[in-house]
Amino acid sequence: MSAIDDVFMRCAREERAAFIPFLMAGDPNLDLTGAFLDAAAAGGADIIELGVPFSDPIADGPTNQRATVRALQAGTKLSGILELVARRRDRLGVPIVLFTYFNPLHARGVERFAEQAAASGVDGVLCVDLPPEEGGRALVPALRAQGVDAIFLLSPTSTKERIDRVARASSGFIYYVSRTGVTGERTALPPDLAKDVKRLGKRADLPIAVGFGISTPAQVAAVGEAADGVVVGSALVRHLEENAGHPDLPALLEDRVRELSAPLRQKAERRRA
Amino acid sequence: MLIRSKPRPEPGYFGEFGGRFVPETLMAPLDELIRVYDRLSRTRAFRRRLADVLRDYVGRPTPLYFAERLSTELGGARIFLKREDLLHTGAHKINNAVGQCLLTREMGKERVIAETGAGQHGVATATAAAFLGLSCTVYMGSEDMRRQRLNVDRMRLLGAEVVPVDSGSRTLKDAINEALRDWVTHVRTTHYVLGSVLGPDPFPRMVRDFHRVIGDEARVQLKKQAGTDAPDLAVACVGGGSNSIGLFTAFLDDRRVRLIGVEAGGRGSRLGEHAARFHGGKTGVLHGTRTMVLQDDEGQIVETHSVSAGLDYPAIGPEHVWLQQQGRVEYTWASDAEAIDAFHLLARTEGILPALESAHAIAEAAKHAPRLSGKRILLVNLSGRGDKDVESVNDYDRMHAVAAAEAR
Repeated sequence: MSAIDDVFMRCAREERAAFIPFLMAGDPNLDLTGAFLDAAAAGGADIIELGVPFSDPIADGPTNQRATVRALQAGTKLSGILELVARRRDRLGVPIVLFTYFNPLHARGVERFAEQAAASGVDGVLCVDLPPEEGGRALVPALRAQGVDAIFLLSPTSTKERIDRVARASSGFIYYVSRTGVTGERTALPPDLAKDVKRLGKRADLPIAVGFGISTPAQVAAVGEAADGVVVGSALVRHLEENAGHPDLPALLEDRVRELSAPLRQKAERRRA
Repeated sequence: MLIRSKPRPEPGYFGEFGGRFVPETLMAPLDELIRVYDRLSRTRAFRRRLADVLRDYVGRPTPLYFAERLSTELGGARIFLKREDLLHTGAHKINNAVGQCLLTREMGKERVIAETGAGQHGVATATAAAFLGLSCTVYMGSEDMRRQRLNVDRMRLLGAEVVPVDSGSRTLKDAINEALRDWVTHVRTTHYVLGSVLGPDPFPRMVRDFHRVIGDEARVQLKKQAGTDAPDLAVACVGGGSNSIGLFTAFLDDRRVRLIGVEAGGRGSRLGEHAARFHGGKTGVLHGTRTMVLQDDEGQIVETHSVSAGLDYPAIGPEHVWLQQQGRVEYTWASDAEAIDAFHLLARTEGILPALESAHAIAEAAKHAPRLSGKRILLVNLSGRGDKDVESVNDYDRMHAVAAAEAR
């Protein structure tokens, strides 16, 4: 039973979805990222997705692209990110999932990466450009051997066969991409989202977290009705970007995470009352 | 006796290169593309339709031309040029563009997107889209738009929307990133006409199949014009590697033919100064395929340089890596300066302005020809014409004339 499994079990007992913020590691630098991790946990994060910057982020919209550029310009490296996780993970008490593209892992060697990730306390790895067909060759076995969850994605274009394949390859949870497209905020949720998530939940025996385009507390609340986890990324990245000169960015982040995760907890409390 | 059976090649792979490294959203659409392509490529009606379009609209077969004055000037082998520059739109790219646009129609999609570096693939796709009544958006790095302005105007006149890409090095790599982002968003209605033997399966083999007509024709033409279907040496430039694969495929099984691919040597051998993936690249994954990639130790893709926009790309088609590993094809590079010299050489001796991409192949041919006897046959793929590069060549010459004067 992994730390990620524990989170979803606990959230299920509390009858609420998990809140999963995304942060780009190294944006604007790794020291601040460390403070952001604490802030996100304090604000109510159940799991944190930590982005590994890659020069060619084909699945990301403009906001996360800019964060990537800032992180790379600050000299952010995978080794530095793993060291940061190693220093923080135990104290943090919140599982960390690396959200990455495949080439930085490939360059390191997937087995070496899996060992280092496990040693650093990374709980899960999600590779946006690695479907299970390719991930099954080396990364999944390597992660499994180290007890790190391999998280794969599903999308509105996924067929039944693909849902089954992804479910077989995944552990921890499945990340459902709410719409075809890249990361980034949208004004409205796709109308069929709840139905789509239900369809997945029937076929796949794993928690489903939904991401891509969720940015407001109201959207978090709506997605939380259907899914086991709600991911907010670009909205937080943009919030930090817009307040770049602020003297206490971690406090700002903590407030925003609290505001975004509040609807999930409030709902749970109302139910218990 | 121990009999070791050869591992069965995996679909979509060339040895350990290739594959489908893409976001989940594209996987089911790629499955569909594979199904449609595999079915149609075996269907006689589709093949006949494609052959008709290639003959009547695109202008195939292209001539095989004995470049006598160039051969005499270099003093050695007899050089034959496969004149892909004479095709409609001026480069080999149209072979693939019409093939994929016909496929798009068969899939019932109404819109195509494309990336372009030198602008030739963008022009070819805009042309094929107009010809087949598809709407067309082309992504192009803003740096490439600057150096290939003529092609930007051509695409717009053909009814395509040209979207400038301002990220990264503002060249081909960044245009592909943006095209992939469009595709992942609009994949239900849109086909991505990828312009080279790159990207996820089935693109590397599909694009190869659409271009193999180049070598197939050359083989028959050589037999007729030179009395042999086996040149001693065949040379082509390699950006992603579509024109070279198109030429080489017909000769792969014929061990008499030496095959050389020419990468962009740029202005130096340091990482970032060139686009010679076999001279500084490492195995990696970029744009959906596992291949040789110019990258740093952290797996970040590095910027490249070439005077030729069409070769200015950090990865190479996966089949090329496999061919190199098997020792079937050799890969070398020509520098910016050598390509510019070759451009002038061909203009002066034959009255042909080659594309700067193709000039890299001419440069390599010029190194070999003098060392070969007059009985030897050297086949060069003249993949495109150089009208688009006139400004680049003038700028280059002017800059270097100034530098030379200052050095004096």
